[in-house]
Amino acid sequence: MMRLPRFQYFAPRTLKDAAGLLSHWGPEASLVAGGTDLWPNMKRRQFTPTRVIGLRGVPELHAITGSPSTGMTVGAMISLTALERHDGVAAMWPALAHAARLISTPPLRNMGTLGGNLCLDTRCNYWNQTLEWRKSIDFCLKKAGSICWVATSSPRCWAVSSSDTAPVLCAIGAEVTLLSTEGERRIPVTQLFRDDGIEYLNKRSNEILTAVHLPPNGGEWRASYRKLRRRGSFDFPVLGVAAAARLDRGVVVEARIVLTGVGSRPHEATEAAEALVGKRLDDPAAVATAVERAARLAKPLDNTDFALGWRKEMSRHHVAAAIADLAAAG
Amino acid sequence: MKLKLHVNGAKHTVEVAPMKRLLDTLREDLALTGTKEGCGEGECGACTVLIDGAAVNACLVPTCQVEGAEVRTVEGLASDGRLHRLQRAFLDNGAAQCGICTPGMMMAALALPKKSSLEQIRAGLAGNLCRCTGYMKIYDAVAQFLAGEKR
Ligand SMILES: Cc1cc2nc3c(=O)[nH]c(=O)nc-3n(C[C@H](O)[C@H](O)[C@H](O)COP(=O)(O)OP(=O)(O)OC[C@H]3O[C@@H](n4cnc5c(N)ncnc54)[C@H](O)[C@@H]3O)c2cc1C
Ligand code: SF4
Ligand code: FES
Ligand code: FES
Repeated sequence: MMRLPRFQYFAPRTLKDAAGLLSHWGPEASLVAGGTDLWPNMKRRQFTPTRVIGLRGVPELHAITGSPSTGMTVGAMISLTALERHDGVAAMWPALAHAARLISTPPLRNMGTLGGNLCLDTRCNYWNQTLEWRKSIDFCLKKAGSICWVATSSPRCWAVSSSDTAPVLCAIGAEVTLLSTEGERRIPVTQLFRDDGIEYLNKRSNEILTAVHLPPNGGEWRASYRKLRRRGSFDFPVLGVAAAARLDRGVVVEARIVLTGVGSRPHEATEAAEALVGKRLDDPAAVATAVERAARLAKPLDNTDFALGWRKEMSRHHVAAAIADLAAAG
Repeated sequence: MKLKLHVNGAKHTVEVAPMKRLLDTLREDLALTGTKEGCGEGECGACTVLIDGAAVNACLVPTCQVEGAEVRTVEGLASDGRLHRLQRAFLDNGAAQCGICTPGMMMAALALPKKSSLEQIRAGLAGNLCRCTGYMKIYDAVAQFLAGEKR
């Protein structure tokens, strides 16, 4: 039976109070949104904050506002179910709704939030284990240990970025607002992530992610998302490919391809996307070049599901499929 | 801490640690042992209950978060010793074997829209694992229930 460790729980009613509590308690405290990532991690004693600040009672975080012509702002506490079912979001960026629908399971999507999905802990077969399990092989770099079990001579942790919405939000050029007692700042989602399995967010420990800003889309942009996993439900992405392109009369003007599940942050395949610019989405030579370049970027390590070689091979197929989805979306 | 809970239409006051899992409060403090624990970490759906009509995993819900909300568990289905139509459908179709997944399956099924297609039923129950039945009989039972068929 997996019980939670003891801690003090706060349920602030305003953002100001939440930010105040977070800055007061510092690293001792953890925020909780839906808890679908934090509670299991606390049960396995991966994290043992002595204070937990629940964001559920903060009304400002529960709204979706805006329109396809102005762009939309999605509050951090919007559940994945609400995101997936929101007509405006689905009309403007169907790939985001699609990615949300591929996350975990229906009951977990009722609880899990968009903010929590972006701040999701990185994952690794040697990390997502109980305390006893981790202790029995000796702890790793990510917490309390001095070795990485995946790459034993590595000085860093390679735990994997596993959020399904993050690659899509990077590809479509979304932004987030971070708020603390010192003020507010707005940064592109691509800048939220760091290539480090331990310190995987460019978010100060006193900052709350309050909202996600989706750029306007009147139909000039297309986006797609492909996810690889063992089962059609429950499982995190072993590989995720998001693609987005802006077209003018059938020709790509701007494109982005973002891979997840292959590193500690979502990886933007810039050179791969460049191969598509100035070309049509069904141009076989351009697509082949993009696929080759993107696949070269996928350097998975042996710390998630499936055999390594196969995962690498599948990155080719998934990039090709994500681009084909873009072509078909027209 | 004293918490006021609404479970299956009845009011209860329980004296529990606020962070006690709803799953444990139901089973240990309210003696509602119909809700099962499979994994304790969101990986199986055995603990599924409805909170304000939405299916959630009770193993990941702190009790203090449901104060003021309407909780529904499998015990809320039958009334006056008569089975709920959903339970009857499970019985008719042989949709329960060992029974561990059954309460969670039923609560997840209750949250499905009426007239769901087989595809929608499969997607809606995709958070509930069953190690016995192979799922087909469960889908049949849920389809029968949602179609409003009586036997
Ligand atoms: C069985 C299972 C399967 C899953 N499958 C998937 C999957 O396929 N794809 C996927 O992407 N995820 C998956 N998840 C993970 C998780 O359910 C989702 O990522 C969910 O969106 C997390 O949101 P939450 O609100 O529950 O986060 P929480 O658990 O509440 O928080 C997660 C982290 O984010 C921080 N945080 C939360 N909100 C904020 C905020 N507003 N500002 C700053 N920090 C914040 C918390 O402090 C914590 O560190 C799965 C989880 C389980 C248990
Ligand atoms: S990548 Fe290495 S250091 Fe990081 S969690 Fe896995 S085993 Fe630990
Ligand atoms: S016991 Fe809650 S999901 Fe398995
Ligand atoms: S009947 Fe045994 S787990 Fe479903």
